[in-house]
Amino acid sequence: MIEFHDLSLGYSGRVLMSGVTLKLMPGSFHFLTGPSGSGKTSLLKLCYGELKATSGRVEVFGQDIGTMARDQVALIRRRIGIVHQDCQFLDHLPMAENIALPLEVAGQVADARAMDELLAWVGLSGQARALPPQLSGGERQRAALARAVMGAPDIILADEPTGNIDWEMSQRLLRLMTELNRMGKTVVVATHDLNLIRVAKSQVAARVLRIQGGRVQLAGADL
Amino acid sequence: MTKPNLGSSLRRLIAGRRRADRVVPPSGHTATLTTLTSAAMAFLAVFALALSIATGRLADRWSQALTQTATVRISAPPEQMQAQTEKVLDVLKTTPGVSAARVMEPDEIKRLLEPWLGPDLPVDALPLPQLVEVAEAPEGIDGSGLQMRLTAEAPGAILDDHLRWRQPLVSSASRVRILGLLSLALIGGATAALITLATQAALAANGQVIRTLRLVGARDGYIARAFVRRFTVRAFMGALAGTVLGMAAIALLPAAAPEGGFLTGLGFTGIEWGWPLLLPVLAAVVAFLSTLAAAFQTLRTVR
Repeated sequence: MIEFHDLSLGYSGRVLMSGVTLKLMPGSFHFLTGPSGSGKTSLLKLCYGELKATSGRVEVFGQDIGTMARDQVALIRRRIGIVHQDCQFLDHLPMAENIALPLEVAGQVADARAMDELLAWVGLSGQARALPPQLSGGERQRAALARAVMGAPDIILADEPTGNIDWEMSQRLLRLMTELNRMGKTVVVATHDLNLIRVAKSQVAARVLRIQGGRVQLAGADL
Repeated sequence: MTKPNLGSSLRRLIAGRRRADRVVPPSGHTATLTTLTSAAMAFLAVFALALSIATGRLADRWSQALTQTATVRISAPPEQMQAQTEKVLDVLKTTPGVSAARVMEPDEIKRLLEPWLGPDLPVDALPLPQLVEVAEAPEGIDGSGLQMRLTAEAPGAILDDHLRWRQPLVSSASRVRILGLLSLALIGGATAALITLATQAALAANGQVIRTLRLVGARDGYIARAFVRRFTVRAFMGALAGTVLGMAAIALLPAAAPEGGFLTGLGFTGIEWGWPLLLPVLAAVVAFLSTLAAAFQTLRTVR
């Protein structure tokens, strides 16, 4: 589903990671961890084509995303749900319209009942007409997850989704993501929160990838 | 990336969904400026168009009126005047391209001189030349050939085919017409530049919106259309208002007097009133193209 082939990434002469080769299978659950600045966010951005590798290639759904034109990348992104730490909403639109954006840009209209069910699933019933700035951090993260799954993607990529929310809300968000994984979605969560990873491993068969010193390694039980 | 196709882009723009436009937040300041700029430019364009049309009309009228007539001026001693006049008329009768020729009466000459010398002119007391008005057939006359024959038959006769008057007048009117058209082109260019700047400002101010739309899988065309439609509609509405105001101002100008002063002739007549109505459409096309170019240029930098 997502494959890295001898990938290197660098910024202005500095090598962030090199020789990365890994394969994320359909339906798998991966945590991506490592110190701040180690390249967790960059690795996710490589997956959805916001960044291009310095060398090597990233294949998503069997296609080299680094060589794609922007409009082709857009089509790939419709199959990937992305949850950002800062959520990235359009602040002038009500939550329901924000959540429906993946369908809107694809020329589809969100079914009202499906929207209600989705809002209920993330615990935001009654917030459909609220504007993003009116929501709390946890509510915004759950709304971002709702938007990520709106277009029925095959992959969910979450970048520090629990970075700005309390522990209870983090666990709630984690439960939603494990549910998505049980539905067959491939989930990749970048986080530095080791406690969250420990809790998750008790709920789902998650693998942990650690980025350190420009290398990506499979972490063992020594978290 | 699929290259933007003008035809399909226009179709999508016109059929664009109102809801899709909402992804771009309302930007009051830029929007108002775009509308006002477009209105002001259209207002000026109406005058440039009127100037161009009026000078074109003037050039045609002068050209036609002066082309179809000529004058033979006979300056001779009083005792030879009658004989030379008859010789001139004889020559004109046999000249190809002359449809009619007649000796102008003293009263007619007086009327011609009145604007310069006043109404109390004692024509009889002045040694004025005799004038013969020549009406030309559509094929025209051979001016130099006729002058040679006149000189041979009536030494005091000089042919004035109005060329030395006509040429500078027609040439001036044509140049003013070109200036009017140039003004229209400059107004169009300035409108395009201003709308491009406004679009670029709006795109820069909405960088976060563009990144979010990219994140959820929006293609370039979708994002561009949201901006293009907005600016095109505003440019059209502004230009429509400016055009209507410009046309009203033109309509309120003093009516053209028969003697046709240049400024009093500025305006539209009959079907010419249809030309300014094209300005809002042109403004919309200019806005569409400039916004589309600006949007795609910006989107190239955001992956």
